[in-house]
Amino acid sequence: MQQVKASTAAAASRPATQWLRKNRDRLIAIGLISPSVIAIAVFVYGFIGFTAFSSLTRWDSLTPDFTLVGLRNYTRLFTIDRFLSDLRNTVTFTALFLAACLAIGLGLAILLDQGVKGEAIFRTIFLFPMAISYIVTGVVWRWLLNPGTIQTGSSGINLLFERLGLGFLKSPWFTDPTIIHIPPDSWPGAWLVQNGFGVLASPRVGISVAMISVVLAATWQMSGYTMALYLAGLRGVPDELREAARVDGATELQVYRYVVLPILRPITLSAVIILGHISLKIFDLVVSMTGPGPAFATDVPAFFMFDTTFRGNNFAQGAAIATMLLFTVALLIVPYLVYTTRTEAEL
Amino acid sequence: MTAPALSRRAPAHRSPRPIRVVIYILLASAALFYLLPVYLLIITGMKSFQEVSLARMWDLPSGMHFDSYAKAWNGKASEGISGLAPNFLNSMYLTIPATLLSALLGSVNGYVLSKWKFRGSDILFPVLLFGMFIPYQSILIPLVQVLQRMGLYGSLPGLIFVHVVYGIPITTLIFRNYYAAIPTELLEAGKIDGAGILGLYRHILLPISMPGFVVVMIWQFTSVWNDFLFGVIVTSRPAVQPITVALNNMAGSYIVEWNVQMAGSILAALPTLLVYILLGRYFMRGLLAGSLKG
Repeated sequence: MQQVKASTAAAASRPATQWLRKNRDRLIAIGLISPSVIAIAVFVYGFIGFTAFSSLTRWDSLTPDFTLVGLRNYTRLFTIDRFLSDLRNTVTFTALFLAACLAIGLGLAILLDQGVKGEAIFRTIFLFPMAISYIVTGVVWRWLLNPGTIQTGSSGINLLFERLGLGFLKSPWFTDPTIIHIPPDSWPGAWLVQNGFGVLASPRVGISVAMISVVLAATWQMSGYTMALYLAGLRGVPDELREAARVDGATELQVYRYVVLPILRPITLSAVIILGHISLKIFDLVVSMTGPGPAFATDVPAFFMFDTTFRGNNFAQGAAIATMLLFTVALLIVPYLVYTTRTEAEL
Repeated sequence: MTAPALSRRAPAHRSPRPIRVVIYILLASAALFYLLPVYLLIITGMKSFQEVSLARMWDLPSGMHFDSYAKAWNGKASEGISGLAPNFLNSMYLTIPATLLSALLGSVNGYVLSKWKFRGSDILFPVLLFGMFIPYQSILIPLVQVLQRMGLYGSLPGLIFVHVVYGIPITTLIFRNYYAAIPTELLEAGKIDGAGILGLYRHILLPISMPGFVVVMIWQFTSVWNDFLFGVIVTSRPAVQPITVALNNMAGSYIVEWNVQMAGSILAALPTLLVYILLGRYFMRGLLAGSLKG
């Protein structure tokens, strides 16, 4: 068919045909990938643009209203009690979740790297929660950490503690409305209040105790993943390196401190970014486990966005929360993406 | 993506005996922590209705009763409890096509981005990848509008479509890394024989793509099955909702006893758990690929 085309075509178009034939595979390649590229362009970047635009409008009911109102939806957020609680909770959650996952993950990986028997079984046990939905995790941990009532007595973990004679460990878990913060009547608190930093000595800035329950469930789910990342890293440390350090008289602890851990640093960076962006986005687990909690003690921005938009129909306000959420995630992810794809290109 | 780097190797150094005992104690207590919810799930699911009380939560069941499973699966119309069976099937009808389509798209994209690089493809790749990290809240508002216009809102095909689109970044990533490890000489030989881009894909690459497909399909199966956000946004009618959404509704309802909720949780977790137990090695590869470095 190409021959027919070439012979019937005018002499002037012949170079074009040749070019086409030479680059046919290239054109097909671009044709093959373009549906995906268009889909991502529209459904990711176009939609983000639309959301960002919506956040600047007055669209606060089911009927779209695209009257521009500037940054009003953003400034208003910082006067809403629920949003301010969300910010505090996100910081609490991210810090505790990251610390727990990294510590447990690294710890378990090092233990497994000691040539233990049954390593595959341990690995399977530590990792299986990754295969489960956050909804299942949430439902199960809600019952595990259900503190019980006066009528029913203790239940879940509290009951287990009681049976094991560890009653002092009992806790109201996610029903605890306590926010640990600097008391304003203590001397540092009083100093902060006097100098106009009163907010630092208020429940606005503190640790929501109920959030620790969510951290516990999330750690149960994700620490195995961190373990796997570290274990893969440990398996990449050449034995000669450790051996050389031992020959130089290093103790086993020193081998880890000065040889192994520095090699694992890029893995820690990956883990911090992956887990960090997960914790900023956390939604399913909170929905199924606790909901917003007492006085929004376990509420998170992703849930607030969902409520505001799809239950409250305040689309512009929801879009503003979503845009802020995206911006925070992008701050973490974009440098990481640039860094990893660039180092890859250099290889 | 190279072979899973978790395989055991001979320890170069053996710790003294007391330290080894400590290592096993620590590992065993960690295992207890991970298995505690499983124990509770299993014993609760097997108790008869008479045995279920919060005070006897940790006690072993008197025998094998499957009342809770039956109720979670079939529901009980007289008490106004709807079972999870239709939603379990919905999840199947959703997950299987979404997984297959995603894998195909990812394979083609990965092939182009690893073996047919064009100007700008190295910039295009991270731009695509960004899509797998975004909080989906930032696209939900227009997504609902567009799905409504397309007539896909509230239906399983709509949900399949959404999962395929937002699955493009991760499936492309895994396949690109997989194909990048395949020597280009293999394709060059085919090129000399006169094969074009499609022929090379079909006759040379596809036959050796099986491990890549397994990794991607496990990943997509797990994430589509476990998804909640898209399910709850795109499907508002209970009849088309996937199991995660139905389970969350069940758990939020005060008329459903907690043992039934536990049995429902097991039902919702079972397919992905089975995949994990049977194909754990490939599951791991997907996980590690998710951190980009693979």
